[in-house]
Amino acid sequence: MTMIFGIPVQALMGQLLLGLINGSFYALLSLGLAIIFGLLRVINFAHGAQYMLGAFVTLLLLNHGGISFWFALVLAPLIVGLVGAVIERTMLSRLYKLDHLYGLLFTFGLALAIEGTFRYLYGASGMPYPQPVQGGVNLGFMFLPKYRGAVVIISLAACIGVWFMIEKTKLGAYLRAATENPTLVQSFGVNVPLLLTLTYALGAGLAGFAGVLAAPIYQVSPLMGSNLIIIVFAVVVVGGMGSILGAIVTGYMLGVVEGLTKVFYPEASNIVIFVIMAIVLILRPAGLFGKDA
Amino acid sequence: MAGKSETAAPDHVAAHPRAGQVRLVLIGVALAGLLVAPMFLYPIFLMKLLAFALFASAFNLLLGYTGLLSFGHAAFFGGAAYFTAHAVKVWGWPPELGLLLGVAGAAALGLVMGAIAIRRQGIYFAMITLALSQMFFFFCLQAPFTHGEDGIQSVPRGHLFGLIDLNRPMNMYYFVLAVFLVGLLIIRRFVNSPFGMILKSIRENESRAISLGYSVQRYKLGAFVMSAALAGLAGGVKALIFQFATLTDVTWQMSGEVILMTLLGGIGTLFGPIVGAGLVVSLQNFLATSDFPVTIITGVVFMVCVLLFRRGLVGEFFASKLGRKLGLRSGS
Repeated sequence: MTMIFGIPVQALMGQLLLGLINGSFYALLSLGLAIIFGLLRVINFAHGAQYMLGAFVTLLLLNHGGISFWFALVLAPLIVGLVGAVIERTMLSRLYKLDHLYGLLFTFGLALAIEGTFRYLYGASGMPYPQPVQGGVNLGFMFLPKYRGAVVIISLAACIGVWFMIEKTKLGAYLRAATENPTLVQSFGVNVPLLLTLTYALGAGLAGFAGVLAAPIYQVSPLMGSNLIIIVFAVVVVGGMGSILGAIVTGYMLGVVEGLTKVFYPEASNIVIFVIMAIVLILRPAGLFGKDA
Repeated sequence: MAGKSETAAPDHVAAHPRAGQVRLVLIGVALAGLLVAPMFLYPIFLMKLLAFALFASAFNLLLGYTGLLSFGHAAFFGGAAYFTAHAVKVWGWPPELGLLLGVAGAAALGLVMGAIAIRRQGIYFAMITLALSQMFFFFCLQAPFTHGEDGIQSVPRGHLFGLIDLNRPMNMYYFVLAVFLVGLLIIRRFVNSPFGMILKSIRENESRAISLGYSVQRYKLGAFVMSAALAGLAGGVKALIFQFATLTDVTWQMSGEVILMTLLGGIGTLFGPIVGAGLVVSLQNFLATSDFPVTIITGVVFMVCVLLFRRGLVGEFFASKLGRKLGLRSGS
């Protein structure tokens, strides 16, 4: 058996791939958080709940509507985004004038309420979702389930798509302009409140999208997002909120680092991202890609 | 965060000339109520209430008077509970020394976490404290002395100063009450000290405080450590009350709970967190027997508080006409 640093290659590559899959979720979620924060200046604590919502909608669509995974991949993010838009319009938009911490507290309460409701309705234990793609590929050094490979590719495509939309399209230009100076953009006749609603819906939809992708890999459970969101917060702090690309890159990077830690020092795998966060804060408080101090 | 015009009420209603006496009477009534309360209510429930009231007051020291929202105070509360429980059970220390160790441990933890977290402000500060406390949670999950999921069970209460048997519920209750009152007096003294005044000035206008020559970072760190130490005192007491130190107390949900208590009662008021803690603990107690999950109600109360009354119950009362007649103001 081939060894690298005394570790079998199979184990190394396996964890590397697992890290890449986790990294895909970190990237999608921190991307959504960064977009919402960029324009709304709200840290969306409900992001984990919206991720869970995406997974649940997928499961419910299958169980009650017989709707397959690939349709759900489009439908569920739209539903979660719509719910997000309603929440933003009716409640969250009242908090923009206040200290940004109120937005954090509000979405924290929202997360508790959503997760509590699903726990009440469906219980705390996880429910399995069937694999949409059967079988796998033998890569020589390891056996790769096809679906897991697809997750990495789909999430990467989604991240690049969103990045492209923000950097290269007219809507993205409005969005970036409104991030810099909302008052000025509004005075040019752009409907900024609508832009805010759309942005929140987009962020929530991305979380829902990640949730759909996660449904066949992890069990669908009401609390699946609540611990993940804290790791994603750490990812966002490491990357710095300034750049969209930074959020994506940091997400994948930390996923891989976490995977490697599982091989070399498994005891620390739970905390390695937090340790990196602490080190980055000491050396470069604005984050790896952040601009503001 | 709350201080900037949220809690500032217009001053056109002058305080009644005898408002001071009325306030003293009210405080006296509250104290008398606490003294006789265990005759009528279940002592364990009351002690739990006092421990959480102290925890919320310690948290409020940071949020209400320094304007720093920590999302990781469970680390100090639950961490100190572990330290105290371990010292008392495994090392056989008397309860007062066990509590001291809990406080010292929480303060040390606060020093490390605070030193990292104060490098960023506002929303980042909240996220960093949350992440660091989650890291501490995983440490507690894996460290051998915490016994993982089991927690440290059957912690002996022991004899206070070798004399008073804390296994008797009444003795324990008055001990907890004394600790609570001492903690509250420390907070009051701290808030009204020159140090506390500087903290308030940092809350109101940080750049101004820097330009006046205060080394803001040190003051923030001082407040953070102080708040952590007092949260640790509450956590240590809780471990002695329930004779049990558990992972529940270091989870981020616990950090959220203490924010809710403070927000519900009134950020930046001395009595707000106590009222908030009382309400939340009573609610949990009330719902413990039903299968309706507390988190739904907690979440909804959170949303309603943030949307509709950010001053909290006590803050709203202070801002009302009656409150101003009594000469009450936030920070009193």
